[in-house]
Order: sequence, then C-alpha cells, then structure tokens
Amino acid sequence: MVPLVEVNDLTVRFVTREMTVHAVNGVTFSVSPGEVLCILGESGSGKSVTLRALMRLLPPRRAQITGSIRVDGEDVLALDAKGLRHLRGGLVSMIFQEPMTALDPVYTIGHQIVETIREHKGGTHAAARARALELLELVKIPSPERRLDNYPHELSGGLRQRAMIAMALSCGPRLLLADEPTTALDATVQIQVLILLRRLQKELGMGTIFVTHDLGVASEIADRIAVMYAGRIVEEGPVADVLAAPLHPYTRGLLASTVHGQSRDHDIDAIPGSPPDLRIVPTGCAFAPRCGMAIPQCRAGIPEERHPSPGRMARCIRVDAPVPAYA
Amino acid sequence: MNMLSPMPPPPVQDPRDRGGPAQPLMIARDLKKHFPVKSGPKGAVVRAVDGVSFTLFKGETLGIVGESGCGKSTLARLLLHLIEPDGGEIVFDGDPVAAPRGITVNALRRQVQMVFQDSYSSLNPRMPVRDSVAFGPYVHGKSRAVAREVAREMLLKVGLNPDLFGPRYPHELSGGQKQRVNIARALVIEPRMVILDEAVSALDKSVEAQVLNLLRALKAGFNLTYLFISHDLNVVRYISDRVLVMYLGSVVELGPVERIFTRPLHPYTVALLGSRPSMDPAHRIEEPPITGDPPSPINPPSGCRFRTRCPFAEAVCAARAPVLGDWLDRESHVAACHIHDPESGHSRAHGVS
Amino acid sequence: MSPTIITAPPSSHFEEQVAPALMVRGYWGNVLFRLRHDRVTVFFGFILLLIILAAIFAPLIAPFDPYKESVIGRLKPFGWRSHPLGTDELGRDLLTRLIYGGRISLLMGVVPVCIATLVGGTLGVIGGFGGKRVNTVIMRTMDVFYAFPSVLLAVAISGAMGGGIANGMIALSMVFTPAMCRIAETATTQIKNLDFVEAARATGAGTFTILRFHILGNVLGPVFIYASSLVSVGILLASGLSFLGLGVKPPTADWGLMLSTLRQSIYINPEICALPGVAIFITSISFNLVSDGIRAAMDVRM
Repeated sequence: MVPLVEVNDLTVRFVTREMTVHAVNGVTFSVSPGEVLCILGESGSGKSVTLRALMRLLPPRRAQITGSIRVDGEDVLALDAKGLRHLRGGLVSMIFQEPMTALDPVYTIGHQIVETIREHKGGTHAAARARALELLELVKIPSPERRLDNYPHELSGGLRQRAMIAMALSCGPRLLLADEPTTALDATVQIQVLILLRRLQKELGMGTIFVTHDLGVASEIADRIAVMYAGRIVEEGPVADVLAAPLHPYTRGLLASTVHGQSRDHDIDAIPGSPPDLRIVPTGCAFAPRCGMAIPQCRAGIPEERHPSPGRMARCIRVDAPVPAYA
Repeated sequence: MNMLSPMPPPPVQDPRDRGGPAQPLMIARDLKKHFPVKSGPKGAVVRAVDGVSFTLFKGETLGIVGESGCGKSTLARLLLHLIEPDGGEIVFDGDPVAAPRGITVNALRRQVQMVFQDSYSSLNPRMPVRDSVAFGPYVHGKSRAVAREVAREMLLKVGLNPDLFGPRYPHELSGGQKQRVNIARALVIEPRMVILDEAVSALDKSVEAQVLNLLRALKAGFNLTYLFISHDLNVVRYISDRVLVMYLGSVVELGPVERIFTRPLHPYTVALLGSRPSMDPAHRIEEPPITGDPPSPINPPSGCRFRTRCPFAEAVCAARAPVLGDWLDRESHVAACHIHDPESGHSRAHGVS
Repeated sequence: MSPTIITAPPSSHFEEQVAPALMVRGYWGNVLFRLRHDRVTVFFGFILLLIILAAIFAPLIAPFDPYKESVIGRLKPFGWRSHPLGTDELGRDLLTRLIYGGRISLLMGVVPVCIATLVGGTLGVIGGFGGKRVNTVIMRTMDVFYAFPSVLLAVAISGAMGGGIANGMIALSMVFTPAMCRIAETATTQIKNLDFVEAARATGAGTFTILRFHILGNVLGPVFIYASSLVSVGILLASGLSFLGLGVKPPTADWGLMLSTLRQSIYINPEICALPGVAIFITSISFNLVSDGIRAAMDVRM
C-alpha cells in the first residue's frame, strides 16, 4: 500500500540571533491511509513541531526545515502558496488543543464552516449550510440547527471542540492532524471526544497523526505509537506491543512514571533528571544522562534504528541485549 | 524552634499542636462563595462553592477531585482566606478562623501554605528564585542573611542545588524545577498543612513522578498534612488517604481512597472513574460513561446538580437536593445521592445501599 | 516541634542539570545582549549620547558665546567666518545656540517625564493595588485630564501660569501624568492577580511588602518603556510651547524658540531656519527608536 504520509529525515531548527534550538533532529516515519499514528512525547520533545512542519505552519523565517515530507505524493516542502492553500483544509486538516485558537470569535460556527466549505469546494450557500448541519450532526452536537448560529464563546468546552472537529472535517480531508485535542478537556468530556474521533476516523477512513503526552489517550486511539525524545523518534511500534513490552529505556521509564494503580507504599519509578537542553547539538544518545542502563558507548554516537522484530523499532544500542524488567 | 537546624528526632509534640491527635487539623463547615456575574442578568451569581463541608485529619492527605468549574480552586483559596467566604466556618486545630476567640487569618497563614499549579505566573519573573524562597522567612521577621540561608537549605531539601539554581530566574528553570521552587517556598515557613492546587498537573509525566515522590518524602519528613487538589484520578488515588469528589460547587462524595475507587457510591464518581482511559488497547472504552458537558455554575440545576447528566435521575432528584450525610468521621464514606438515602423515595433507593 | 529532619534527600529526588552554562545570563543580561545586537538602536543610542554629552558640556565645546550678537554678521550661510553652521538673525553663532538649545530641550523632555513617572506611576500603582474606591477616585480624576488634547492642555496650563522654563515643565508634567498613571495602573492590576502575588499574601506579607518586592519590579519595566517613548513627545511639546512664546523667554537658546524667531528669515536663508527643526527631529526620533529598541529587547520570554 502506498503510504499517505512519508516523512524522511526531517529536521527543524529554530534560529534566532541569540540561539539555535534543535527542535527536530532527523525524524522518519510513514502513515498509511486509514491508520492512526500517535506521536507520544513530553514537552520539548518536538512532537508538535513535527506535526506543524507537516502542514508548513512553522514561522518560515525562523524555522529551518530540511528533509522531505510527502503527503499523498505531494512534496509539502516544495509547495507554493496556492499549493499550500489546497493542502491546508483540503487534503490535510488540523485540530488543536485549544479550539479558541482555531475558531474565529467574531463569526458564528455555521458561518465559519460554510465559508470553509465554499472556499475549498465552491457551491451555493444553501448547499454549504446543509453540509454544515450534517457535519454538526456527525460530531454529535445536540440541537445542531440552533448551534449553527452560536458564536464560539457561547459553547461549552466540549461542544467547541466538536465544532472545531466538524470544521476540520468539512472538506473531507484524507489526513487529520490532531495536536493534543483532548488535553484541555475534563475527564468525562475527554473520553467522549476520544471515542468520537476514533469512530469518525474509522468511518471516514482518514489517516490520522495524533500528538499527545498522555499514554492513556494513546492507548485509546492509536494503531501505532512513535515515542519522541529530544527531537528524535526513539521507539516505534504497534500500540499494544509498545505498551506491553517497551524496548527503549525512555519508554519504559515513561510507563513506570505514569501513575496508574501503583502501590501506595512505594515511590514511583521516576526517570531522574530533566530533558536535555535543545540548544546544544546532541551527540550520542540524548537519553543517556538519565538512563539507568547507559554504558560509555551510548555517548559515542547517535544510536541507529534497530528492529528486533517486524514492525518494532528502537534507537537504543542495548536493545538486543537481554534487559532486566523495569519495575 | 527552627526545624531547619539538625536536632535529634524524639517525638516531642509540636507545640503548635493544640488540639491533640484526635482533633482534626481543619474542619470546613458549609463554606459558600458566590461571585456576581458581570455580564448577565442582574443578581445572577456563579455558585463557585456552595455549601462545602469536610474534615482534614492530622497527618493525612485528602484528595479533592472534580472537573474544571467544580469550585475546587476557589475552595483552596477560601481555606486560606485569600478570597473571603460568603458563608460557612473554618476551624483550624480547634480554633475558628477569623472569629471571636479564634485565630486570625495571619496566624492561619503561618501554618497553612499553598502550592499553585506551575504556570508562568507562579513565581515572580523578576526575582532570582532563592529570593522568592527567602521572601517568606523575611516577611516573618528574619534578617535577609538568615532568610537566604534558610532558603538555601530548603532548596537543597527539595532537590535543587542552591548554588546552581538559586541565582536563576524562573524563565531559566524547567517546569519541574519551578515546581520544586514553589514547594520550597511553601515549606520554608514551616507550615503544618499544605494545599496543593493542581501542583503536578502541568508537569510532564516523568517529572510529575519525581515531584510526587518528593512530596511524599517531604510530608513524612516535616509531619505535614496535605490537601491535594487535582483532576487526575490516578494521581489522587496514589497520593491520598481520603478523597472528596466535587461537582458544580458541592461535595458529592467523600470517603477513604480505596472505598471510593473500588466501591464508588455516587453516579458521578462512577462516571468519573469510568472516564479514565483504559491503558489497554485491547479493551478500549466503547461507550462514554456519561454524555454532555458539566452545566454552567451560574444557573445550576435544581435539586441534585448532577441530575441533568445522571442515568438514574428521577422526579425526586429535581425536587430536593440530596444531603451528604455524616461527613465528620474519618472512616465514613458518604455520598450526596438520593439512591443512598432509603427515605428519599428514589426507586433505586433500597436496591443499592 | 520535631519533624524528622531530611538532611540529604535521596539521590533520585535530585535535579541534575547537565548544561547550565548556557542559561545563566539572567533577564537583564538577555536584554543587554539583544540591545547590543540591535544595530538601529545602537546607532541612534550613540547619536543620543552625542547630543546629551554636547548639551552637558556645552560651555566647553561651543565655539562661541551664545549671546554674542553681531550687527554685520546676521543670517550668514554655513561656514561664514568660522561659523560652521552660519549665524542667526541677530548674528549669533548658530552651532553654539543649537548646542545650548539642546540643554533646554533635553531638560524639557526629560524632567517632566521623570516627574510624571514619579507622580503618575505612584498614583497608578496605588490605584491598581488599592481597593475599588481608591481606584475609581484616582482613575476618574486622570480621565478628566485625559479628555483634553495634550497640546491644548499644555498650552492652557502654561498660558494660565505664564511662560518660563519652570512653568513649562509643570505644564508638561501635568500632561504626562495621566498617561503614566494609566500605564502603571494597568500593569499593577495585571500583576496583582498573578499566582506569585497570591502566594506572597498567603505567607502573611503585608501590602507594603508585597508592593515593594513583587509589584514594583514588575511594573517598572512597562513604565520605563513608556516613559522613554514620552521623552520625544516632551521635546516636541516643549518646542511647540516655546514656538508659541509660552516656554522659554528670549534670548535663551531653545530649539523651539529659535525656530520661531528664525521663521521670518525663511526667504533669506532657508537652510539656517530649518536647522533647529532638524535638531528637534533628530533628537526626538533618536529617543523614539531607542525606546522601541529597549521595548523589543525587554520583551524577553519569561
């Protein structure tokens, strides 16, 4: 099957007068049509930057992008302004953590969806409005006719998120990019939106890249997981395998430090230290300073990808060695 | 007495412990705070905290969970009188706060401290963090030099090298480091009780685990009592001895942590627990436990606040507000729900309880 | 009390920082770093420095006596008999008078802004931090002053009190005070609702202590930036007042006054008439651009 998204050796640097931040350092992955890839990482891991690079949403003057990004065969990094407009909102849509950044506060929900549809697909206002109504029904917004004429601030957080999803789906994208869309929501609302996204993704057959820091969210929605650390994918594999038997020490540490039914009598197995400063060009494994299994060779060079079994990948030189169980 | 100077650890009683071990450290009775709504009909109020009662026993950790808008952060500020309550009473170690024959707000603030969520505003951006930590002792009459020294020791105790981190400004620290500074700032004035308002919520998981471990170690080391406010149920289960569940400004359930998590009584607690992601891709949650968003606290539903989303709502739920029951006791596990009140007239009232 | 003492926390509780060297520049260090690398600001800062130095050391560097008139040498062009910038309508050396005039202009630009910063800033902080009633009283009073166009207000005040440097300064101070007050009040209101101020209250700190340690430092930045941008307005307004005869009295050298007296000679020697205007323009734009540079440099992520 031809992949929907192919990212090859992507690097992103933010250059200002004072410093250069190495945000993404050689990321390679692909997404098939209809597949959900979760990019899992903590703040500063480069997960959101990677996602934004896919849509060329990074500030063009400060962000230096190298490598290649192909979405549905198109070279995203070579697109001109017109091609980008076709890409954004047409082929690819994005939903954000905070819907207020994506919705315009001075227009009604209906107006914004109708405008998006007409800009990309043309057609009459009435037809677009009928389609907007369908979309609100699709995302399970109660009394959709009324909600079409609401302004974003008149909706609750969960409804707003659904409205943003409706707008993102309005032009039938083949690829959906989701940047922590459930993080700001309350627990009882988060699970509703997650289930909704999962269903829509299956029904519409969209390829999806879902960025999150939350293992629980990833376990609910992902087909595959790519774990990022310091601008690199350190581990990748099917979600069940990665959660059940993580290969990379960072993934293991992350699982162990995620509070989930641990015994109250013991400390949590936290990863010591803090993530590295991305202003310094990384040499060697970026996780080595915090890794309990680090050996001198870890700091010698950046670990190559290793594939211990089909579909699994980890960038750790100790991956083939038998490892003691973590916690 | 200075707890920072090393001294042998005989279990001498804290001279500030006036009520003895059986006296709860804090009792809140029917606390209320209504904010006027600026835009909207005249006289409309946000019922941010609407009749909250609980006890906090010495040495325990009480977890407070609830979704945004349930009033948990307002409650935290009420307890410290950072916001003046509109009604209700706070009793600290047997002494009513800001009442005749009670203790003053200032006296309360010497014994209760608060750690805020890590955000850009939790530390003064123009102050080196050692000065932020030294501020408390300085306010309490220590000289600058002594305050600095005390701050140094406290930074060390929260795991920050004072020579390396002390002179830095907040924007030069990571989220976890800032939160350690916030904890140091709260503990440096030797409080007996610490309110942790979403203190680990903004942190990355690996850092959150470090800070949770630190909090547990400090609690044991300094004989602290925690009020731990969070929206993360897993974290609350790990750190709390008892749990209080809030919904739209009122308490819906209160009880020992394992009872709440294994045998929740209130339908809202059940839904909240069921909304946690499964962590198991093979057994994903297929149906959301409840639908819709929490209603606005400006015009909360009559009777039971949860009835608009509750699968078991009946006429009686709209007619009368359920009461929490006997919440004073350490072991009591109570829920404000008609289902658990045999006299309520709810059709399920006999079956469940 | 006797808590168990934690002397050395377990190593797993410790923060290791691998590379601290890059980070410890400090806030002001960052501001300086940015300023130094901002060529426009550095250039105009340098010009400003020259102007200020010239004003301070006017008696030492001015080639002539600013009041020495000459009947035969009136309105002479550039370079006439060792007068590099020519002479004015009374035969006085123009370069000398421009240098001396800078003293008055800078004084009129800087002093009222300082007074306004002090008065307006204090009122603004009090209004922002005080209760609702205090705020209303202070801010509504300021609004009354705000309602007048600043030029008109300055003209009216100096007109009522009579000319002269001191009265001109008072007039300008009164014009700037409401604006400074507003800036300080806005900044204070923003700061006082932040968590660290609440935390300071929770340690039992009094209002004065909080103001001193937590509010002032954070309000000073925006106030200072705004004040630096007001200086150029001050210079312009002061020149305007002198031009209208409401500021400095002749024969004192002042750019606005020079512009006014030279304007009759515009058909005789236009380039000389324009010189005081050029001086006003350069000084005012230098202040503006430097102020912009400082604002940009201080906008460091916190």
